[in-house]
Parts: sequence; C-alpha cells; structure tokens
Amino acid sequence: MTELNLPSINYAAIAPILIMLGAALLGVLVEALVPRRLRHVVQLTLALLAVLAALTMVVLSADERIITAGQALAIDGPTLFLQGAILVLAAMALLLIGDRSIERGGAFVAQAAVTAESADDRRQAEGRNGLTEVYPLTTFAIGGMLIFVAANDLLTMFIALEVFSLPLYLLCALARRRRLLSQEAAMKYFLLGAYASAFFLFGVALIYGFTAGIPGRSAGVDFATIHAAVSESPASPVLLFAGMALLAIGLLFKAAAAPFHVWTPDVYQGAPTPVTGFMAACTKVAAFGALLRVFQVAFADANWDFTPVLGAVAVLTMLVGAVLAVTQTDIKRLLAYSSIANAGYLLVGVLAPSRDGLAGTMFYLVAYGFSVLAAFAVVTLVRDEDGEATHLSRWAGLGRRSPFFAALFTFILLAFAGIPLTSGFTSKFAIFGPALEGGQAWLVIAGVLTSMVLAFPYLRVVVMMWLSEPGESTPTVTVPGGLTSAALMIGVLATLVLGVAPAPLLDLAAGAAEFVR
Amino acid sequence: MSNFPFLSVLTVAPLVGALVVAFLPRHRPELAKQVAFAWSLLVLVLSVVMWVSFNAGGDRFQFRESYSWIPNWGVSFTFAADGIALVMLMLIAVLVPLVILASWHDAESSKRSVPVYFALLLVLECTMIGVFAAADVFLFYVFFEVMLVPMYFLIGSYGGHQRQYAAVKFFLYSLVGGLFMLAAVIGLWVVGGKTFDWQALSQVDISTGTERWLFLGFFLAFAIKAPFFPFHTWLPDAGGAAPAGAAALLVGVLDKVGTFGILRYCLPLFPEASKWFAPWALALGVIGIVYAALLAVGQNDLKRLVSYTSIAHFGFIGVGIFAFTTQAGTGAVLYMLNHGLATGLLFLVVGMLISRRGSALISDFGGAGKLVPLLAGVLFFAGLASLALPGTAPFISEFLVLIGTFTVNKPVAVIATLGIILAAAYVLWMVQRTTQGTLNPALTEVEGMRRDLNLREKVVVAPLIALIVLLGFFPKPVTDVINPAVQATMDDIGRTDPAPSVGTVQEAAK
Repeated sequence: MTELNLPSINYAAIAPILIMLGAALLGVLVEALVPRRLRHVVQLTLALLAVLAALTMVVLSADERIITAGQALAIDGPTLFLQGAILVLAAMALLLIGDRSIERGGAFVAQAAVTAESADDRRQAEGRNGLTEVYPLTTFAIGGMLIFVAANDLLTMFIALEVFSLPLYLLCALARRRRLLSQEAAMKYFLLGAYASAFFLFGVALIYGFTAGIPGRSAGVDFATIHAAVSESPASPVLLFAGMALLAIGLLFKAAAAPFHVWTPDVYQGAPTPVTGFMAACTKVAAFGALLRVFQVAFADANWDFTPVLGAVAVLTMLVGAVLAVTQTDIKRLLAYSSIANAGYLLVGVLAPSRDGLAGTMFYLVAYGFSVLAAFAVVTLVRDEDGEATHLSRWAGLGRRSPFFAALFTFILLAFAGIPLTSGFTSKFAIFGPALEGGQAWLVIAGVLTSMVLAFPYLRVVVMMWLSEPGESTPTVTVPGGLTSAALMIGVLATLVLGVAPAPLLDLAAGAAEFVR
Repeated sequence: MSNFPFLSVLTVAPLVGALVVAFLPRHRPELAKQVAFAWSLLVLVLSVVMWVSFNAGGDRFQFRESYSWIPNWGVSFTFAADGIALVMLMLIAVLVPLVILASWHDAESSKRSVPVYFALLLVLECTMIGVFAAADVFLFYVFFEVMLVPMYFLIGSYGGHQRQYAAVKFFLYSLVGGLFMLAAVIGLWVVGGKTFDWQALSQVDISTGTERWLFLGFFLAFAIKAPFFPFHTWLPDAGGAAPAGAAALLVGVLDKVGTFGILRYCLPLFPEASKWFAPWALALGVIGIVYAALLAVGQNDLKRLVSYTSIAHFGFIGVGIFAFTTQAGTGAVLYMLNHGLATGLLFLVVGMLISRRGSALISDFGGAGKLVPLLAGVLFFAGLASLALPGTAPFISEFLVLIGTFTVNKPVAVIATLGIILAAAYVLWMVQRTTQGTLNPALTEVEGMRRDLNLREKVVVAPLIALIVLLGFFPKPVTDVINPAVQATMDDIGRTDPAPSVGTVQEAAK
C-alpha cells in the first residue's frame, strides 16, 4: 500500500485531462482577446484540436495500467477505453455544435441573458451571431467527464461530476429558438442535478463513516480502502447500505435511470439539439463509466446486496422508457425515452459481474453513442421557418421529400430496434450474453420484452416517414453543411460497421476490460 | 463442381443484383425489370446446377462452407444444406423469376419508384436463401430478422388497401417472435459452450427444464412465422394487403421458414422438449386446419381467402412434423414445396384477376370465365391443386401426412381429414362465385376484363402448372432428396416408425 500513497503524478497518463481543461481555459482567453468575427472559427478549431490531441494521448498510453496522483486517478483499461469513447463522441458532438450552415448563426443564441420572447430576443433570433462561449463550456464538460471515468476516490468523482454538470446546465439554456422551453429545461436540470449532487455527497460522507468504523484501518473514500472495508467484517452495514443507496441515486440520475429519469424528456426536448446529442452520447458514457467503477471496484464484494436493487431499477427503467416512448409525439422526447430504456439495458450490463459483461457494457456505450448522435444530427436537419420541426406529425411523408436522409434515419431507428446487421443488435447481444451467463435470466427476459414494446414507437416513425403521404406542413430537410454531414455519416457508418464487423472493437473492449484496484 | 461455394454465392448474388437494380435510373423502369429478371434467372441456373451436384445418398449436410465472422462470440458464416434446405432453395429460385415476371406492372400503379420494388424483391431473395442455407444459429437469426425489412417495405409501400396497418402488424408479430428466439439463442449459446455452430450444438446435452424453455423460445418464433393457430392473425392482413407477387413469396416461401425452423432447429436441438410438446403442437395443427378452413369459406376477399387456406395447410405441415414418423415428415417437407408451388400459383392468378377487375372482392366478380376463359381455367386448376386433387402434387404430400399420422395417432388423422372436405368447399365455392354462373354485367364494362392471359402471364403460369402436374405423378426426384434428411431428423429425436419406413414412403409416392 505504501508505494501507492506516494504523491507522484504520472503526467503522461493524465495528459488527456490536462489538455482538455487547458484548452477550456484557453477558450476563455479567446473570448476575451480574439475579435468577434473570428471567434467562432478559432474556438471550434481550438476545441477540435484539443480533442484530437487528447485522443492521441489516450491512444499513446493505451497500455498504461496505474493509479496516479495519490489515490485520486486510476488510468487503466476501462478508463482509457471510455476516455477514448468520450473524446470520439465529443468530436462528433462538436461538429454538430459548430455547424452554422443549417441555422443562420448556429443553434445557439447570441445573448442568453436577454428576456425570452421580448422584442430584443426576437431580433437576436434572426441575427447572425451566436454565443461562442459554448466551446469552452463544452470543453470543460469533456474534461470533467474524462476525470469522472478515471476517478479512483469518491471526492474526485464528486468534483468531476460538478465540473461536467455545471457547463451542461448552462448549455441547455442556450437554444436560439424556443427560448422559454430551453430555459425551463436548464432550470429543471440544474435543480434536480443539484439535488442529485447533494445525495451523492451525503453518500460519500456516510461511506467515509462506514470505513472509519472498521477497527485497525484508516478511514478514506478511495476505492481501495472502501473495497477493503467492505470485504472485511461489515461493522456497520447500515452506513454501507445507506451510503451505497445515496451514491447510486446521484449516479443513476446522471445515467437517466428510473425513477430518477423525470428530467430527461424535458431537458432533451428543451436543450439545443446538438447539446442534447452531446448529453445523450457523452454523459451516458461518463455516468456508466463511474457506475461501473463504483460498483465493480469499490463495492464489488457487496454485489449480493446491491444486485437485486439495481436489477429492479434496471427493469423499471426499461419498462418506463419503453412504455412511455410509445405515447410520445415529439421526436426529441421519443429519443429521450428511448435513451432511458437504453440506460436500463446498460444497467443489465453493469450487473453482469464478469469481464465479458464489462466489455459488453463498454461496447454498448460506444455503439449507442454513435447511433444517438447520428439520430440527433438528423433531427437538426428537419426544419421549417420556425426552426426544427420536432412534432412527429410533421415528419409524415418525409421519405418522399428527402429519401436519402429518411433512409439514414430509418437505418438508425432499425438499429435502435435491434435489427441484426446494425450495432443495436450486436450491442444488445454483447450485454445479454454475459448477463445470462451470470445467472441474470430475469433481466434478459425483461430486456427482450421491453425491446418488443420499444420497437413500436420506432416503427411508427418509419411508417410516418415512408408510408404516409406528405402533407401541406411536411418540412423540408435542410441540406447540411460539411460539419453536420461529417458527424451524421460517421455515426451511420459506425452503426453499420459495428453491426456487421464488431470483432475489432469487441477485441479492444475485451482487452481493456479489467480495472486496477 | 461440388467444391464450388454454391450457398454463399447464391446468397450474395441477389444482393449484388439488388444494388445494381436500385441504382438504375428511376426513369428507365423497363431496364430495371429486365436486369432484375435476368439476375433471378441467373440464380435459378446456379440453383439447378447445385441441385444436380447434390448427392442424395451422401452426407446429410453438403456444400458446407465456413468463414470466421465474430470470433469473440464463436460466430461464423457457416453455410450447409440438407435435403430439406435444398428443396426450399430450389423453390425460391423457381418462384422469384416468376414473381418478378408476374409483377411486371404492379409497381407502376403506386407512386413509388419502380426499380426499388424490384431491388427489394432481390434483397428478399437474398435473405430467404440465406435463412435456408445458414448452418450457424446466429447467422440464421440474422437472416430471419433482416428478412422482415424488405417485406415490410414491399407491403407498406406497394401494397393495397390498409397496407400501413398490415405492414406494421406483420413486422411487429415477426419481431416479437424473433426477440423471444433471440433470448433462446443467447441461452443456447451459453449452455452450448459459446458456439453457434449447428452441428456442435446438436451434440450438447441440456437439462430438461432449460431445454423446454429454449424450445419454447424457438417454437414461438416459428409458430408466429409459419403461422400456426393462434398466432395467425397477421397473415390474412399481410397477405391481403401485399401486392400479389410479394404475397406469393410471403406465403409460398417466407412462412416456410417457420416450419423449416422447427424441423432444423427445434427437433434436433431440443429432442426431449419436442416430444414433450408434441401433443400440444398436434392440437394446434388440427385446430388450425379446421378453424382456418372454416374462416376461408366465409371470406369475400380473394387474397384473404388464399391466406386463410394457407393457414389451414400449415396446420397439415405442423401435424406432419409433430407426428414423428418418416412418412409424415417427408409429407410435411413435400407439402412445404408443393404448397409453395400451388399457393404461389393461386396468389399469382388471383393477382391477375384482381389487377384486371380493380377489386379483390369475390362479390365483384361472377361468370368471369365467359370473358377470360383461359385465366378462369388456370384459376380452377390452381384451386384444384390447392385442395389436393389426386394427380396434382399437393395430393401426395397431404396423403403422406395423413397416413404417416394415422399409424401413430388416429384421432388427429381423422380430424385432419375433415380439412380435405372443407378445402373442397372453400375452393370450389370461390371458383364458382368468381368465374362460373351468370355473367356479372358490371364486369363487361371493365376494360381489363376483356383481355385474357397475355404471353407474359402464360410464361408465368406454365412452369408452375407443369411442375405441379409433374410432381403429382412423379415425386421421386424430390422424395429421394428429402427422405434421408427427414430420416436423420427422426433419428435425432430418437423416434422410429411403427411400420417399415422407406419402402412405404416410396410405394405411397408411386
């Protein structure tokens, strides 16, 4: 234990984090120093370069398996895999965020503080300017997520949680159109998120108390200490159980699992669509990265205690997501409920206590991230003069008007429905296989049953697009600029490739699927 | 020639053709049709060569090929065909060119792209061939599910009345079955030691409880696909709404995946569970025969009527499979082929009638034989084949099923025989109401009803009529191929026939 306590820092291993946070600070300086007309280009370039540099560092340290910075950060297989996933998906999200060809001035409002629906606000909605602070905010959030999946003690994890959550609250409020909805979303997300953070922090305190109750050991909230305390005689299981429950609430909130999911549809609907895509892909990866580490490293020996509870949460999440998705009439809310159901499937993976289960969960996160970003990329394209046309009835007959984009979206929906030869199918298999092997047949059956329910809303959108006649109000699909096209094509191609030839990524995930303790 | 990778080439070829057709310019529909037709003929030629090089007395599985796909899960592209699969592949190869020819003008009535229609037909052919040729459970599942997508769009985009409803119902029913099967596939993979290879899995010993659950997962998917009573309600809707060509493939081939799946997967992989479930399956089969036949009698929509007759026929096939005798099994497989030919023909002829009249309702016809005598004659022949008149191919299969069942289970055989009488009722009554009797004066005012079969339509129906008659008198080439495969399947579940098996089958066949 002593050599792990050395306060040495392996800078190469944590370089991705440093790069992202450094780029975010630089971005703030750019806001102050660079003339307004150049800011957009400079900021976007800076953010993308930073993501690329961080990704390069992740790839270079691919074989690193250490705990560094005291006990604070664990750079191991899952960390590196998930950091890589976050960075790749974040790059796609940045392409969507940076697109200014679809909506004049981009999807973000120029001055968020102007009263919504006022004359000034209407004027700025037509203006050419957009807020460029979104780039440093996004970069901060990415940096926070990179720490979140690497955090090896609960306090670091809490700080990382706040670092990536606060920028997200702000980003949600910045939509150029439908400002009130956007601000409401941000408010709701912030209030509920603050509650969740408080729960998490309270859980940390209780766990600290629990470890302090073990005689002959020093107290602490790093995972090695917690692990040792759990595996020794549980002196005060009440503290352990209460602490675990509160921690789980904080994490499950971010993962959008029922019954902590209520914010998801409103926030997904209200937030600017590129930000929604960013949250659906990257926040999910980060939240599940942390869930995996907390429950498979710190509390691994208490799995008999948490598995039934988390299993019930998983079933509830799948049910709520699938059943409520059926009734949705707004495409963004539909995707939000689908994202909730997917959180349920991912929880099944978290509860498969094997290497295969971990690898499968990580594979699922990547595959889902690509598909969901591509889905939101299409949502940004379907618009009329009032902005995006998100009501499902407006999508009727879209297949006639724009067969190419409708075909891409159909493919993504088939992937969500789990049709073979898409990543949706392989990733479900990657999770259900290990779960069944681990004796969790009930979770697999629940997963299969909810998949059937969930197929219906997806199919309804397909029917809308292809089999209905285009109406008077069918919006056109804006031909996307280079940035959104790139993100969309990457997402669709990844969905196809991971469905047809998943072996390389599965190998990568299997090779990375071991935590250092 | 037997080393030629027939199965993988047969699977991929239609897909390549589909891509070619899909990218042909939309304003030249004739070119798309010609290319699609030529391509399907190419597949037919290749299938004939494969049939010839199949050694009926040789190994159970021939033309085996295996390529690694997802090594992490033990998934591979493994193709192999036994006699049952070979017969079904041949049926597909024969039906698809005829369907393309028969659907020559079908897509034009809709506002959709004509090349896409024919591309979808070829994609469908690719997935249908793949599902019968696969010898890897994962690969089979992939084709089983992907098959839904082209059929969904064929029904939904090019179908008739209520096409959206029918397409969604078809897709959801099949998907529900498919997902139950997915759970069973994963379960089989876990208990089978993480392999999907059919031959490895058929050696695995599974505990009774697990085996029954896995069996039920597979059986439910196949029972919905086939469809057996009470999972049949999607078929009349889908069959009624689909364009006639697609409906012929849907009922003629797609539904056979269900019965084929039971023979290939349920029986050999879960022999004990199959025996445990056999009484229930027989009951479902018998109910299906009588119930669907009664409903067919009451139909006023030609395509729905044909769909209900098919459900009754699937009851016969189900009874034949679960009687567990070689005669009944051979009869069931032969039935799968003959039903494909006879009902395929019936659907296509009915489609020709409907496109002329512009209505699918029987009450809109009456005495049509006076206007289009040749077409009416073909309809009558297709109807007779469908009710299994001696001298047509379906008679032999129905007879084999009945005698094979009679040796082991008299009550089931006796009740099933009722189905023959009901079949005569629904077919003859339908023929009488559409083509016989006094001429419906409204018909003479319909332009289309003054044209009898043209050359293209004659070319479509002639091969099917020839095959039905030929196999009705001389089924030996087919039974020779089917018999060893059925025998092997019966060996898998450890059932021997009460009476001498091979001799009886061939006598019956003569």
